[in-house]
Amino acid sequence: MTEQLHPGLNLGPQHGKAHEHAETVMFGFWVFLMSDLVIFGVIFATYVTTVNPMGIAGGPGPADIFDLKSVFIQTMLLLTSSLTFGIATLMLRHKKGVRHVVLWLSVTLALGLGFLIFEVRDFSTMFANGAAPSRSGFLSAFFALVPLHGLHVASGAVWLVVMMMQITLFGLVPMVKTRLLRLALFWHFLDVIWIGIFSIVYLGGLA
Amino acid sequence: MTTSADWGWPLGVFIPEQLSFVRAFNNPTTSELIGAGAASLVVLGGLALAVFLIWSGWWRPIWRDWLTSTDHKRIGIMYIVLSLVMLSRGVIEGALMRTQQAAGLNGGFLTPDHFAELFSTHGTIMVFFVAMPFVTGFINYIMPLQIGARDMSFPVMNQVSLGLTVVGATLVMISLVLGQFSTGGWTAYPPYTGKVFSPGVGPDYWIWSVAIAGIGSTLTGINVAVTIYKERAPGMHLFRMPLFTWTALCAAIILIFAMPPLTVSTLMLAMDRYLDFHFFTNDLGGNMMNYANLFWLFGHPEVYLLVLPAYGIFSEVFATYSGKRLYSYTSLVYATMAIAVLSFTVWLHHFFTMGQGANVNIAFGIATMVIAIPTGVKVYDWMATMFRGRIRFSVPMVYATGFLILFVIGGLTGVILANPTIDYQVHNSVFLVAHFHNVLIPGVLYGMLAGYHFWFPKAFGFRLSEGWGYVTATLWIFGFAFTFFPIYFVGLLGMPRRSVSYSDPAFEPFMLVAVFGAAMILSALGALVVQLLVSIRKRETFSVPLGDPWNGRTLEWATPSPPPEYNFAIIPTVTDRDMFAVAKAQGNAFEKPAEYEDITLPKNTAIGMMVWVSGTGLGLALVWQVWWLVLVCVIGMLVVLIGNTFRTDAHRVIPAAEVAAAHQAWLDQIAAATPVGRLGEATPHNKGLAAQEAVQ
Repeated sequence: MTEQLHPGLNLGPQHGKAHEHAETVMFGFWVFLMSDLVIFGVIFATYVTTVNPMGIAGGPGPADIFDLKSVFIQTMLLLTSSLTFGIATLMLRHKKGVRHVVLWLSVTLALGLGFLIFEVRDFSTMFANGAAPSRSGFLSAFFALVPLHGLHVASGAVWLVVMMMQITLFGLVPMVKTRLLRLALFWHFLDVIWIGIFSIVYLGGLA
Repeated sequence: MTTSADWGWPLGVFIPEQLSFVRAFNNPTTSELIGAGAASLVVLGGLALAVFLIWSGWWRPIWRDWLTSTDHKRIGIMYIVLSLVMLSRGVIEGALMRTQQAAGLNGGFLTPDHFAELFSTHGTIMVFFVAMPFVTGFINYIMPLQIGARDMSFPVMNQVSLGLTVVGATLVMISLVLGQFSTGGWTAYPPYTGKVFSPGVGPDYWIWSVAIAGIGSTLTGINVAVTIYKERAPGMHLFRMPLFTWTALCAAIILIFAMPPLTVSTLMLAMDRYLDFHFFTNDLGGNMMNYANLFWLFGHPEVYLLVLPAYGIFSEVFATYSGKRLYSYTSLVYATMAIAVLSFTVWLHHFFTMGQGANVNIAFGIATMVIAIPTGVKVYDWMATMFRGRIRFSVPMVYATGFLILFVIGGLTGVILANPTIDYQVHNSVFLVAHFHNVLIPGVLYGMLAGYHFWFPKAFGFRLSEGWGYVTATLWIFGFAFTFFPIYFVGLLGMPRRSVSYSDPAFEPFMLVAVFGAAMILSALGALVVQLLVSIRKRETFSVPLGDPWNGRTLEWATPSPPPEYNFAIIPTVTDRDMFAVAKAQGNAFEKPAEYEDITLPKNTAIGMMVWVSGTGLGLALVWQVWWLVLVCVIGMLVVLIGNTFRTDAHRVIPAAEVAAAHQAWLDQIAAATPVGRLGEATPHNKGLAAQEAVQ
């Protein structure tokens, strides 16, 4: 049987049943991401309205609390994790087998956890310096927006663990593949959000 | 403020003095006794239901066939049952408020706090737990049938959405017994609902019931939109979709984009209350205007998400009972889309008076008025559909014509309110209360009741009693008019909204007329129940198993009543709008297909029920700050949801032979039946096979 390679994960024969099923779940997940994007959108908008003297209310402002070096490291970790997820997807596409896929997913997980460790460390420094969310509207909005992204990354990490379990348990069957594909969308989506946070919150705040 | 010191850690901030029975015992005023009476109704009703289910042995089939079902039709019916149960509470509360105001000259029998709780629960219930489940129920039931699909795209997620919606309703019901509900209105504006001004658990009940149900609605929106985009039968391209499906699609898109702001605003309010954040507080950089923005960014699209599916139902009703194609289908579709888009551009008219300056007000005032244009297009299209039609004045048509007249009045008062200068005068008076009831009752509720009467025989295989239907519809329409038209006048006389009593004797005569109308609405609710009971008793006489009692035009009528769980024996091929009417005219509506296929359906699952249990536990634990229980419920929910992804045998197959046998039996029945004409529609001769008419 000659198999045609086509865009996507080569779930089965082109335009076959697996393909049709994947189309629905993938589209559904895109729609979910759009909804999630609205959530981030309104929280971004809320944040932007608080970066002013009234919102800061005499408390610490952006220049007092942001550690750009740490944020840069976080950015690198997260963007690299997207790259490694992409490699995992390529391993899947070119049928390199369970071992390669799990390996690259583990690297992704490690980078994601690294990101979270740096982020939590930043937050605890801020708390220690009196920059807690109860201090001002600005800090409330900051601690709604950035940890929400962190929470997404943490959920993605849990999801990664679940997927590695399912890959081991079920092998690379279409169900697992489409879930990986959705997780990939989610993971890359978090990059997009992070670029927004990096530009608007950190660079914008220090500009 | 009460403390939890005596009880310590296990029960959070709960103390028995907050039980409504204990409150009524300690302080037996009329107000407290009414509260305790309502609470005992909840408790006794729940107990009676449990005893009845065990005694009759129905709990087993109900569990097996309904609560664990992933069938979109059953889930849709459960949504509608939820909404009817909540409707009875909402209507009784409304009538109680009208009674208070009839007696409210310098006093009355309710305390201000109790009155405030009433308008808060009434609004919350009517919007989130009557209108939304009603609409969602119809979309769930009808839309997949109309597009020729087997089920929704995500049947298990559908069940989870229902579970989350019921969590919200359950929390509102529990608040009657344990503690109190918010006094901050259905919009729960901070800083009033913040910790400083509302230290009790009331706003927390509002927050968690609305937030949890809201997540369910977001998932529903995703499910509906994906179903409509991906599951249409071959040939059902977008401009062949029935109008109701179109409105369902627009409503779903609104859900996807409008629910997130609600989730965000409620959770921000929760963070203010629980974690001492400062989003909406008066001090330390809080800004309540942002709440008004976020809430109405949801709240205004919300009203269109409710009314659009009602428009869809009216479109089907006008076409069917006029025996005609819809007049100018295309303009109706574009008007629907235009309304869905415009609904996102007007939210600011909810706070014209909060100081954003004249130019902003003008822009939003104009945007608001613009919505009247596509709505007007629709009204003219519906009238033109009736024009030269062969109209049958059946019960759904009574609702539909009542809607046309009353809704235009409501729309006109909306245009009046969209003018910022007039809004300054009347926005805080009961004129506004009259306006939104005038659009929501004829617009949404009549639409839902028309749909209920219209599609009931499809769902259950027997018609509803027409006689009682006319009684019910008449009572709803006149009850509405008597209740809310006087309120317009009192509003113009200057009566403020949300006030428990008043001192101007000029208001009183209007309030007496309004309470008479409220009594009529109560009787309408009673008549609705009687109609259902009478119809169930006479279900043999009213039975329409063949599936097409009203000479329907769209695909849902092309199935037996009730439809099999797989909807269609074979997926229909669509060549036209009003596909079933066309097929009947060509005489090939009931043809035996060349071959049948095995049908794969999702297996039953209890995940929705588990989400309901853990979600209700989570909500209660959060309200009462019982942190160990919060942890248990969150972990429980995660285990359920993640565990579900490890199921691999989630499907079962219905063999082709079984499908063929059922289909053949139905075709044989059709062949043996005598078609019934329009005059025999309300008689026992109507078995659901409509005679063909000359008019297209």
